[in-house]
Amino acid sequence: MLKRIIPCLDVRNRKVTKGVKFRDNVDLGDPIEMAIAYSEGGCDELVFYDITASAERRPIDIDMVRKVAKVIHIPFAVGGGIETIDDMYRVLEAGAEKVSVNSLAVKKPAIIAEGARQFGSQCIVLGMDPVKSDNPEFSSGYEITTRGFREFTGMDALEWAKRAEDLGVGEIVVNSVDADGTREGFEVQLTRLISTNVGIPVVASGGAGTPQHLVDVFNEGAADAAIVASMVHSGDYTIKQIKDELAAAGIDVRRNW
Amino acid sequence: MSDRPRFGTINSVIAIIDYNAGNLTSVKLALEYIGVDSEITSDPERILKAQRVIFPGVGAAGSAMANLQAMGLVETVKSVVANGTPFLGICLGMQIALEASEEDGGTACIGLIPGNVKRFVPSIPVCKIPQIGWNTVQIAWPHPLFEGIDDSSEFYFVHSYYPCASSDSYVMGETAYNGVRFASAIGKANLFAVQFHPERSGRIGLRMLQNFSKWVPLC
Repeated sequence: MLKRIIPCLDVRNRKVTKGVKFRDNVDLGDPIEMAIAYSEGGCDELVFYDITASAERRPIDIDMVRKVAKVIHIPFAVGGGIETIDDMYRVLEAGAEKVSVNSLAVKKPAIIAEGARQFGSQCIVLGMDPVKSDNPEFSSGYEITTRGFREFTGMDALEWAKRAEDLGVGEIVVNSVDADGTREGFEVQLTRLISTNVGIPVVASGGAGTPQHLVDVFNEGAADAAIVASMVHSGDYTIKQIKDELAAAGIDVRRNW
Repeated sequence: MSDRPRFGTINSVIAIIDYNAGNLTSVKLALEYIGVDSEITSDPERILKAQRVIFPGVGAAGSAMANLQAMGLVETVKSVVANGTPFLGICLGMQIALEASEEDGGTACIGLIPGNVKRFVPSIPVCKIPQIGWNTVQIAWPHPLFEGIDDSSEFYFVHSYYPCASSDSYVMGETAYNGVRFASAIGKANLFAVQFHPERSGRIGLRMLQNFSKWVPLC
């Protein structure tokens, strides 16, 4: 099994944007053009978050999903603003491989189970935004936040991951709020804690700044895939450079595209 | 799904069989991208008249077989294959083309190819189940659908069960996962079936679909 590299495109008003710790966003480019460039550049999958849909309480941009599906032929996930089973259907029907649910899953866990039943577990990705907590109530040391780090849920990160697996999600994206956009490395221990305690694939997210950070999160964090954003959006690294370094470190990655 | 566009009286080049087993948009869009006309349909007549047939599917074998039966499509699929129409099974479409699956407490399948479908058993070292992601395919036989595709090329997989053909002579490609080496591509006359998703496997997957769109089976 090959470790996956997944560029994450945070989209706001049809522009890819990137912030630090979920704030101070700057626009980077057109999502369709960036999707083509990353796909041709050798990424293994893509994820699009309509980052303000949830906060603005509006539905996801289906027209953009359709346009992406026409031009790239690798899997992509779409998240943000999914509120109902019908929203999931529209995103998948538009050509996405997966829907990513985050705030909705916390608010209405039953909808994960229903989505997995109707569309298959492999279509339902749980995105979680854990933040470090000193409160002993959270035995993993992390509390789940939602709605773009705007609300605290009182839920422990590991307990939530296990529960989501039981509900039928096919994959979990662990997006560390503390590491997001810092480019100082993934939260390896948190990723490992979740990945070794569930039977489904875990995608590490937040903090990727150098290829070595990916080596660490695959080797020590037991991640099945890793999300990259700033380090590739900035042009500092290409997907190929990252993969070359991973291969040199003995990690199996897709080499032909 | 009933409001999809139809192509009037022209028989489409490729019929993509719709039996409510997952999302077929990506298959259609991949064909569109390589300039091949197709339609998503559950109409037996249109499927029987199509020049080529793709049998996709994701989800569970039990409900897929129940849907096929309820929609009267089991016989249609059998006829298409018996008629010599080039036929491509993808993912669940490959699995239910075999004789039986362990899924859903045991499911009798269509039986187009001798063999069955088994569940990945959790193993040490731990592999995540389902297998979600890219894996290599070792070409076991230089089938025309592998034309222009290198040995050990990478394809995108999503599955918890794996196909076992009852004879090696049907095995066209193999993939290793979770300590098992399984048939990731099988073939018999005008039937070719793959466990992976060519429509999600980038340029190499598109090449396989292009090969299928031109394939003239020797039977």
